[in-house]
Amino acid sequence: MYHYTEFDRQFVQARADQYRDQLTRWQAGQLPEDEFRPLRLQNGWYVQRYAPMLRVAVPYGELSSAQVRVLATIARDYDQPDAALIEGAQATQDKLGPVLLKNGGSAHTKLSSGYAHFTTRQNLQYNWIPLSKSADVMDLLASVDMHGIQTSGNCIRNITSDERAGIAVDEIADPRPFGEIMRQWSTLHPEFAFLPRKFKIAISGAKEDRAAIGWHDVGLQIVKNDAGELGFKVLVGGGMGRTPIIGSVIREFLPWMQIMNYLEAVVRVYNRYGRRDNIYKARIKILVKAEGQKYFDAVEAEFKQIIEHDGAPHTITQAEYDRVAACFVAPTLGSAPTDVTPITTEEEAAYSRWLQQNVAAHQNPALRAVTLSFKRLGQAPGDATADQLNIAADLADRFSAGEVRVSHEQNLLLPWVHAEALPALWRAATQAGFAKANIHLLTDMIACPGGDFCALANARSLPIAEAITERYQDLDELHDIGEIDLHISGCINSCGHHHSGHIGVLGVDKDGKEWYSVSLGGSDGTVLSGPSQAGKAVGPSFSAAEVPDVIEAILNTYRQQREGRETFIATLRRVGAEPFKAAANGARFSAARKDTAEA
Amino acid sequence: MKLLASSAHATDASSQNIVALANDADPHQITLEGVDRIDLNFPKFTDGRAFSQAFLLRRRLGFKGEIRATGDVLVDQLAQMERSGFDVAVLRADQNLEVAQRVLATYPGHSVGKYQGDAVDIAPHFVTAAI
Repeated sequence: MYHYTEFDRQFVQARADQYRDQLTRWQAGQLPEDEFRPLRLQNGWYVQRYAPMLRVAVPYGELSSAQVRVLATIARDYDQPDAALIEGAQATQDKLGPVLLKNGGSAHTKLSSGYAHFTTRQNLQYNWIPLSKSADVMDLLASVDMHGIQTSGNCIRNITSDERAGIAVDEIADPRPFGEIMRQWSTLHPEFAFLPRKFKIAISGAKEDRAAIGWHDVGLQIVKNDAGELGFKVLVGGGMGRTPIIGSVIREFLPWMQIMNYLEAVVRVYNRYGRRDNIYKARIKILVKAEGQKYFDAVEAEFKQIIEHDGAPHTITQAEYDRVAACFVAPTLGSAPTDVTPITTEEEAAYSRWLQQNVAAHQNPALRAVTLSFKRLGQAPGDATADQLNIAADLADRFSAGEVRVSHEQNLLLPWVHAEALPALWRAATQAGFAKANIHLLTDMIACPGGDFCALANARSLPIAEAITERYQDLDELHDIGEIDLHISGCINSCGHHHSGHIGVLGVDKDGKEWYSVSLGGSDGTVLSGPSQAGKAVGPSFSAAEVPDVIEAILNTYRQQREGRETFIATLRRVGAEPFKAAANGARFSAARKDTAEA
Repeated sequence: MKLLASSAHATDASSQNIVALANDADPHQITLEGVDRIDLNFPKFTDGRAFSQAFLLRRRLGFKGEIRATGDVLVDQLAQMERSGFDVAVLRADQNLEVAQRVLATYPGHSVGKYQGDAVDIAPHFVTAAI
């Protein structure tokens, strides 16, 4: 992990102090709400439907167990609303009604507190911390080298990466040193604090893209050129939202040391020419789409000026690369664990399923990467209580050199696990409720907090996620369906990445009621999913109660149409969307009633 | 950075050669010769185009005269202005000068140092820290 220097520490503490001063002026009425809002946003503080929300930055998803314990403390001590607030919120949400299930059950909004939520950008969120305590929380975060800097606002956001960075078997080079160096470059960049809109960068260092780089404002793919030199393929102008667009390649090869000189050019041209008249057209993707080659030429001209006229001031020196990279060498692991009780016959079936789904190969053949599943019935996808965070920290200490990673699929990954320790880890994870063998399967779905929390949402995500999770509890059935990406967003802002789901569910608002658009065929760019692309809607939107049936109808169609062990997405690509669409639309209650009447 | 009250800006009737540049204008398109002062405008404090204009004027085009921030100039953005190449800021009428000075002095990236090179000091932290 990156080790903070004294300078890094002073910087983050100074930022916390600055925030406290701004909060104090706001509380005293010296700083109007409209002028405080962008300041608190750039420290991660939103005000949501019922309460403030804090988004904590987790650079490239990497956390130490000490950091996880402080995050647990914040959940336990600060994510605690007044009883009246949460009861009132629950009563309001109850008016939206349950999502009814075919088996007679139902999924409800169940608001709780004292927990954190892992996001699709590898960050962590809290839902109930009062603003009056926000400065205290920033101090607590600073005590373990953490902050909320630029986790919101129209600025360069937290830089995300592959959760298997530095351990993936298909890695070309470790993206984390570059992620850290770019984090420092982007932190409180004076020129880029008020861009037309938010700006997200993702970086992948492996052959397989596990960071969805095509879906980012800037996507960076580490490559080697013919001479064996390291550099970046640079994509620009990707993004989800109202207009989903896959990033275009602006540079096939950029020498690694030039990356910040190049990003300065990319962002400066965007800052000058990106649209500011319409929030929905302000992302860089719209500028790139409108200007095309003209934008590319402007960036290349600006880059040339930065190199030739300015003297390439942001060039990464070898010394700086070496200093940062030294923080990311593989940790020295203790000897293999002593608890090597073999797996019993009774345990065998569950254990082998877990090995198959939740355990991945490692650069070091003696080690494994293990995903702890935070996708289970009774808790929203990616939610972790204070106790669960503390247990995860303990598991990291016992099994993974004190390190965990947040994945963009909203789970935690232990990157440094001895192969011999897998049985002991499996038992401990099972006891903690983190060993559900569903990674990459249907119930490992991505979901945003949706209308239960978010002020932007049109509809709730979590009761839909719960209804589908409840319907698909049979592990045999889940494994039979196989690997599939189900992504749920509560609105077009697409925090739940519905555009890139093999099946996407999007909350829409019609006549003040919750409706859901279902799409098929999206891809995040992984090997399983194929080249990044947006899914296409199957037809008019569905009511909440229809959604679980629609998903079931789509999956049944897959099981009828597949050949051998073909995956869902492969079947969909081979046979086309029509049979799936027909099945989905046939699952409408109105259609079902009509069919019955005509029969 | 020199901070001016809006009244001082309004009565600044010097015989200087002053250019007021709209925030969507390209600084490359103006003649800098004989210009003493360029006024850049923040129509809203959240519109960051003038930061890039100031950078280009100061660093790229080598403008040595005064670059003045006008418009929606608030105390919490002064440090960003200074680092982007502004040397004078005209505070919006309701802004408190004392608060402005204190906030400017305690800005992280200003008080404790900064990570990235800017218009004033082009070397990033990793270069200066290594010396």
